[in-house]
Amino acid sequence: MNLIIAFLLIPFAGLLLIPFLEVKWKGIATLILLTVNAVISGYFAVQSLRGDAISLILPGSYVTGPIPLRLDALSGWFILIINLIFLTGGLYGFSYLKTYRERRNSLTLHAISFLFQHASMLSICLIQNSFVFLIAWEIMALTSFILIIFEHENPVNIKAAINYLIQAHFSIVFLMVGFLWVINKTGSYDFQAITTYTASLPGPASLMLFLCFFIAFAIKAGFVPFHSWLPYAHPAAPSHISGMMSGVIIKIGIFGILRMLLIVKTDFILAGYLILIVSVLSGLYGVMLAIIQHNLKKLLAYHSIENIGIIGIGIGIGCIGTGSGNHVLATLGFAGALLHTLNHSLFKSLLFFMAGNIYQSTHTMDIEKLGGLIKKMPQTALLFLIAALAICGIPPFNGFISEFIIYTGLYSWLSGGTLFSLLAAIFSTVGLVAIGGLAMICFTKAFGIIFLGTERHTLPHSCREVSFLQLLPGYLLAGVIILIGLFPLMFIRMLEKPVGLFTVIPLFPSEHMPANAFEALQPISWASWILIVLIICVFCIRKYVMSKSRIDMSPTWGCGYVAPNFKQQYTASSFVRSYSKLFAPALLVEKEEELLHGVFPGKVKYHTRAYDKVEKWFIDPILKLNKNFLGKFVFLNNGKLQFYILYGIFFILAVLSIPVLYVGVMSFIEILKNL
Amino acid sequence: MLSILLIILAAFFFTGIIIRTKSLASGRKGPGILQPIRDVIRLFRKGVVYSETTSFVFQLAPTVYFASVVMAMLVVPFGQSRGVLSFNGDFIFFAYVLALGKFFSIIAALDTGSSFEGMGASREALYSMFAEPAFFILMGSLALLSGHTSFQEIFAYLHIGSQISYALAALATFVLLMIAMIENSRMPIDDPKTHLELTMIHEVMILDNSGFDLGLILTAGYLKFAIYGALIVNLFIGVIPYQYAIPAFFAIQFLIAATIGMIESFMARFRMSHNPQFIVVLTSVSLLIFFGVLLILQKFI
Repeated sequence: MNLIIAFLLIPFAGLLLIPFLEVKWKGIATLILLTVNAVISGYFAVQSLRGDAISLILPGSYVTGPIPLRLDALSGWFILIINLIFLTGGLYGFSYLKTYRERRNSLTLHAISFLFQHASMLSICLIQNSFVFLIAWEIMALTSFILIIFEHENPVNIKAAINYLIQAHFSIVFLMVGFLWVINKTGSYDFQAITTYTASLPGPASLMLFLCFFIAFAIKAGFVPFHSWLPYAHPAAPSHISGMMSGVIIKIGIFGILRMLLIVKTDFILAGYLILIVSVLSGLYGVMLAIIQHNLKKLLAYHSIENIGIIGIGIGIGCIGTGSGNHVLATLGFAGALLHTLNHSLFKSLLFFMAGNIYQSTHTMDIEKLGGLIKKMPQTALLFLIAALAICGIPPFNGFISEFIIYTGLYSWLSGGTLFSLLAAIFSTVGLVAIGGLAMICFTKAFGIIFLGTERHTLPHSCREVSFLQLLPGYLLAGVIILIGLFPLMFIRMLEKPVGLFTVIPLFPSEHMPANAFEALQPISWASWILIVLIICVFCIRKYVMSKSRIDMSPTWGCGYVAPNFKQQYTASSFVRSYSKLFAPALLVEKEEELLHGVFPGKVKYHTRAYDKVEKWFIDPILKLNKNFLGKFVFLNNGKLQFYILYGIFFILAVLSIPVLYVGVMSFIEILKNL
Repeated sequence: MLSILLIILAAFFFTGIIIRTKSLASGRKGPGILQPIRDVIRLFRKGVVYSETTSFVFQLAPTVYFASVVMAMLVVPFGQSRGVLSFNGDFIFFAYVLALGKFFSIIAALDTGSSFEGMGASREALYSMFAEPAFFILMGSLALLSGHTSFQEIFAYLHIGSQISYALAALATFVLLMIAMIENSRMPIDDPKTHLELTMIHEVMILDNSGFDLGLILTAGYLKFAIYGALIVNLFIGVIPYQYAIPAFFAIQFLIAATIGMIESFMARFRMSHNPQFIVVLTSVSLLIFFGVLLILQKFI
C-alpha cells in the first residue's frame, strides 16, 4: 500500500522538482526517479513471474468506485519489458538531448511527460477498473503526444502528432463503448464484471464486445488497417521516443488484447482465426511497405507493423489452441507471442537509437543520401547490424528463438485437425516465411545502403561516432539480444507463469506447460554456440593462412571501367527496384521522372514517394468526412480568446445542467404517463 | 555423423561432375572431376586483394557464409543415422541458418560500392525470398504426412509409406532440386559461366572476393550442392540398410549432378524478369504436394 503511494508520488515529485533544476540536472533527476519507479514495480513484477500474483483493492472515490489493482504474471512480464525499455530509452534520451540544452522549457516538459508516461503505462498493466483504466490510458496518449512534439517548430511534426492524437482517441472511443456496454449491464467498473457478464452472453454478442476491445487495442498496436499513425508519429518524435513508442507503446496494445482474452469469455476459435488473419495481413503489408520507404525511421515504423503481425500470429494460434483444447498449440502460440514482444522491444528500440545516432551525426534520415557510414561510425554500424540480423529472425540472435517457437506452433498445428485449420496453418506458415524473406530484403537494404559503400551524397559537414554514453544503452540492448539467442531456455522459464494464465483458462483445464513443446530449444542453444565457435575457428584459420600471403588494396573492380564515381553506386531505390516492380499492385508509389531525350540530353530527374494504399482507401476517407463535418463549424473558430472562454462556460453549464434536464424530462414523462 | 562424412565426400565430386557433363555434352573432353577442388586449394594459397571501399563486413562475410553452410550440413541426416544436431523443427533452423549466410553475402556485395555487385545483391535477396516458401510448404506437407517435425523422423517415415508417397517424393525431388539450383545460382535462374556481369546473380556478388575468401565461398557452394543432394537422397533411402544406402547415396548424387549438367547444356537462362514467375511456380508445386498429402490423409471428403 505504502509502496503504491510512493509509486504515485514519484511522478508528482518530478513535476514539482524538475522545473526548478539546472538543465544538466533535469535529465539526471528524471533518470533517478525513473529508476526508483522501475525498481519498485520491477520487484513486484518479478514476484508475480515467480507465481505470487498480487491483488489489492483501493477504496477509490465516489465517482470511480473501488479500484482493484491486480498484478498477475502477464502484467509482470509487460512491466519488466516497459521498465527495461524506459530505462535504456531514458539513458539514451539523456545523451541524445544534450544537443538541445538551450531549450530549457521544452526539456522540462519532456522530462515530466516521460515520467508520467512511464507511470501511466505501469498503471495500465495493473488497474482493473474501467474508469480509472481509461484515465491512465488518456494520460498515456497525452503524454506521448507531448513527447512526440518535442521538436514542435517543424509543422510536419505537429501534424504527425495531431494525427496520432486523433487516432489514439478513436481507440479510446472503442474502449469506452466496450466498457460502457458492460457498465450499463452490470453496474460495475471492475474487470471481473466483464468476465461474469460475458460468460452469460450468447456467442455473437460476446464476440462483438471482444471486437470492440480488439479494435481499440489494435489501433494502439498498429494492426493493419489501423496502422497509419505509426509511420507519421515515429519519424516526428525524437529517437529515444520513437524507440520507446515502437518498443512499448504499441506493445501496450498487445497487452490489452491479451488482457481482454483473459477477461472476455468469447469464442476463442473464431477470435483466434480473426486475429490470425489480421496478423498475417499486417505482417505482410507492414514489411512490403517498409521495403520501399526511404526515410529510415519510417521504414522502421512500418517494420514495427510487421512485427506486431508476427506477435499477432502467435496470439492467434494460441487462441485457437486454447479454444480447441490443443494445449501444445496454445502454449507455443502464447509463448512465442510474449517472447517476440520482448524481442521486438529490444531490437526495435536498438534500431531507433542507432537511427538517432545517424540523425545526430548526419542530420538526415534519408537513406538515399547516406552511405559508407561504417567507416565513420563503426560502433553504431555494428549495433545496427546485430539488431538487423535479430529482426530478420536469423540465428544466433533472439528474433530466431521467438519465430522458431511460433513456427513450431504452426507445424504442431499441422499434425491434425480439419481441412480448414490445415489450410490456415500452411498459409500462415507461408505468410511467416514470406515476412522473413521480405524482412531480409528490407534490412540488407537499410544496412547496406546506409553503412556500406561510399558516401552517396556530399554531406555539408563531417560526421563522427557519438559519445560512448550514447552508445551504452545500445550495448545493453544488444547484450540482452545475444543473451536470449544463446540461452533461450532461461527466458522461456520466465514465461512459464504468463503463458500458464492462457493455457488454463477455466473452460479448458490443462496440464502445465507440456515439457516437449520447448525441448527443441536446448539443441538450438547448442547450435548457436557451435555456430559462433565455428565462425571464430574459420576466422582464425583464415587469419593464420592469410598472414603468410600477400594482401593488397585496390579500388573496387569496375568490370573494366576505370573511373567509377560514388554516384554510380547502387541506391536504395535501385536495390528494391525489381521488388517494387513485382509488387506494384500492392504498393502506391508516386513517381516523378524526366527521362533522357534527344541527342543532347538535358537534366534528368527521378523521384519516388511511397504512399499507403490502405491509408488512402480506408483512413483518408474517414478523416475527410470528419474534416468536412467539422468544417461546418469553422465559424466558431474566430480566433478571439473571449469567445473561447465563452464556449468553455457554455460547455460547463451544459454539463452541469444535464442532471437538471434529466430530472425535468423524467418528470415530464411521468406526467405524460399519468395522463 | 555419417551424413557429414558422406556430404563432404559428395562435395568433392559434385561440381566436377557437373562441369564434366557439360564438357562432354558440348563435345569437349573437359577438366578432371577433382578440378574444382584443385582450384579451391590453389585459391587458399593465393594472396588477396581488398577493395579500398570495403570494411570489416567484407572480410567477415565469407567466413560467416561458409560457417552457415557447415551449420546447415550438421542438421542433415542420413537414413536412420541422425545429423549431428537433430531436433523438432530442425529444418526451420536449416533454412534460417542458410539465411544468415545469405544476409552476409548480400551486405558484403553492397560493401564494395560497385553497382554491379549491388545489382547481384538485389537479385539474390529477391529470389531467395521467393524460394523459401516452397521449402517450408514442402517440409510442412512432409511433416503433416509423417506426423513428425524433424528431418530424420520425417525421412524415416516416408519410406514406410505407400506408393503414393513415392509419387510425392518425386515431386518433392523436383522442388528440392530447383531450390538447390536457385540457392547455388545455377542454370535456369542464373548462369555462372556467362561473361556479362549484368546478367549474373551470384558470380557478380563475389567479383571483389579473392584468395582465401573466394576459396571459402566456392567450398561453401560445393557443400551446399551436396547438402541439397543429400536431402533428395533422404527422400528415397529411408530405413534401407547402410550397405545399400551408401552406394545409393552416391548413385543419386551422381545422377543429380549429371542431370544438372545436362540441364545446363541444353537450356538457356531465363530472362531475369521471368525468374520470379518461375520461382513462384515452385511454390505452387509444393502446394500441390500439400494437397496430395491432404488427399492421402483423406482430409477432402
